[in-house]
Parts: sequence; C-alpha cells; structure tokens
Amino acid sequence: MKNIKVLGSGCRNCEITANAIAQAAREAGAEIELEKVTDIAEIMSFGVMSTPGVVVNGEVVHSGGIPGPDLVRGWVCD
Amino acid sequence: MFESFADLTAFQLLGLDPHSRLGAAVQFFLMDVTKIFALLVVVIYAMGLLRAMLSPERVREFVRGRPDWQARGMAVTLGAVTPFCSCSSVPLFIGFVEAGIPLGVTFSFLIASPMINEVAAVILVGVLGWELAALYVAAGLVVAWIGGIAMQTFRPERWVEDYVWKIRMGQVAKVESDNSLRARHRYAVAEVREIVGRIWKWVLLGIGVGALFHGFVPASWVADHLGGGAWYTVPGAVLLGVPLYANATGIIPVAEAMLAKGVAVGTTLALMMSVAALSLPEMLILRKVIRWQALALFAAVLAVAFTLVGWGFNLIV
Repeated sequence: MKNIKVLGSGCRNCEITANAIAQAAREAGAEIELEKVTDIAEIMSFGVMSTPGVVVNGEVVHSGGIPGPDLVRGWVCD
Repeated sequence: MFESFADLTAFQLLGLDPHSRLGAAVQFFLMDVTKIFALLVVVIYAMGLLRAMLSPERVREFVRGRPDWQARGMAVTLGAVTPFCSCSSVPLFIGFVEAGIPLGVTFSFLIASPMINEVAAVILVGVLGWELAALYVAAGLVVAWIGGIAMQTFRPERWVEDYVWKIRMGQVAKVESDNSLRARHRYAVAEVREIVGRIWKWVLLGIGVGALFHGFVPASWVADHLGGGAWYTVPGAVLLGVPLYANATGIIPVAEAMLAKGVAVGTTLALMMSVAALSLPEMLILRKVIRWQALALFAAVLAVAFTLVGWGFNLIV
C-alpha cells in the first residue's frame, strides 16, 4: 500500500490537494494511506519550502501549487 | 480597444450620460475590468509557458553563502520576480534562516516580493504607462534594499522564535518537470487558474474603488486637499494603506483614478506601496516565526520608508 503525505500548514490549497488525491484513489480503486503533515519542522525536513508538497513512499514528488489531475492519478496508481 | 468597448457598453447599450457621475464610474469599471483581466491572463500564461517563475527553493540556493551586498541584491531582484503566496512565508523564512542567510537579507526579500512582481509590472505599464511603472518598481527595489539594512541594525535575531533555529532542513527536493510544450501549456493554464483564482477579488475590489473615485470624487476637491502634495498627505496615505490590504495588482486601478484626478505622484505611490506591502494577515502569519517586537519594527521601518519615498517623488515630480 502506498503511503502519500500532503505537506502543508493547513492552507486552502493543501486541503484541495489532499482531497484530490483521496478522490483519485477512490476512482482508481487503489488503497492508499493518506497523511496530512502540518508540523512545519517535519515539512521542512523533506526540503520543501513551497507548500503544498506531496510525498509518495518517502519521496518528494511535488511542491508548490495544486498538482494537475494527471499527476495525481500517476501517484495513486502503480 | 478596451476604452471603446467600455464607451459602447456604458453609453450606448446602458444609455448612461458620459458626463454623469454614474456614467463615468461605470465606463471606468468596464474599461478596467476587461483590460486588467485580459492582461492578467495573457501575462500569467506567458510566464507559465516560459516557466519564468522561480520557486523559493531555488531562490534560497541562489542567495545562500554570498557576501552580504550580493546576497541582498539577489534577494531584492529575486523577490521582485518571484510571486509568492503568503501561506509560503513561514517555510520561506525558516528555509532562509536555516541556510544561514542574514535576517536583514530575508527581510529585503519579504519586502520586495509582495510589492513588485512581473504581473503587476506589466499591468502598471498597460494602465499607467511605463514611466510610472518604472518609478514604482525602482522605488520598491530601493525600499526593499534599505528596509532590510534598517531591520538588520536592530539585531532582529533576538526576536526569532527559538524553535526556528532548531529546524534542520532535509536535502532540497528536486522535482523534475516535464518540459514538452504540452506540459508547459498545461502548467501555464494551471498557473492562470491558480493566480487569477487567488487575486480576482482584490482586483475587482480595486477597480470598484477606482471607479467610485473616478466617478464621484470631484477633481476640485482633490485639487484642494490632495493635489499640491502637502507634506501630511504622504504619511496620511501610508497610514491609510496599513489596515487596507490588496495585492499589488488590485491597487493599480485605484492609483489610476487618483492620478487622473490630480493626486500627487508621491502620495499615490506611497499609498500603493503601503497597501501592497504592509498587510495585517501577512504580519499575523509571520508571527509564527518572529515575535511581535520584530513585526512592529518591520511595519515601522516600512511606513517610514514609504513616507520618505512619497516625499521624495512629490519634491522631484
């Protein structure tokens, strides 16, 4: 099961990103573990300064702005 | 083009009298809404296509480890070309501190970034002409440069929250990007939606205020009270701008209406800078990383700088 983290201190774009990932996973029927990381120290520990950031299985795949739908689908599927 | 469209709609279609207050306000509103939003979409799309926007991660890499004046020069320039959402200011601040970038340089960046950006610059040229755009950008760069130095002399390090010093950043994430034209186009469209979606309220509000000013404030009143550039109008404009907040693009139509009615250039610039760069929500977000003494000092330094710039321009122009 994939572990996906959304990094962001709770701004609106971070919410939108997290929801988009959850929805894409439902649509693809993929099981994922979705986590929201709001602690600033933990966000920074991934080397991300522009939020929202997205981490899939420990690897940063996106930072800054809302990701496009194709990207999101790519993360939840294999 | 935009003007004739606005004339046609306001005076022919709606049948308003061009000499009435309402007619003038509606014509101004229609003209600026079409013009500014058309410019916004074109400029943001073009910059998205070129991927001209720099991320804070890259700015940090550019600025770190340089001698003070070089770092400041870069911070000011990069701040001017980096659009940044205020929700990123906390990670940005911490990232700069962690990279050992002096606080004064970080403040220079934080001043330049909201005040100047390429989108606002192009719209300034389109709405107010290049002379005023150049004045605004130059004034912004100078204020950012000097404001950062002024902050530094007060040793703001003592007001940084303790936890900030303890944060260690991971290796900066390099996210590879697809550089095909299709991907760039998609990215540019997403940028337009994201940025216009974020600022349209401010722009519309600014145009509304500008239209009311244009239609309903008589030129003679402006000439009596604001036109001569009496010394107190500049600090007045700065103080007025502190509680008001709009983004840099939103304030442009207000400035347009003010200048057209004969408000002095320095007074107008002071209001623009104060509204764009000094904002309460921004300050409250920064409170997470610095104590209120530093915030108060930041506001005071900026207010003084804007006042001096306003006076300067009122003397020269």
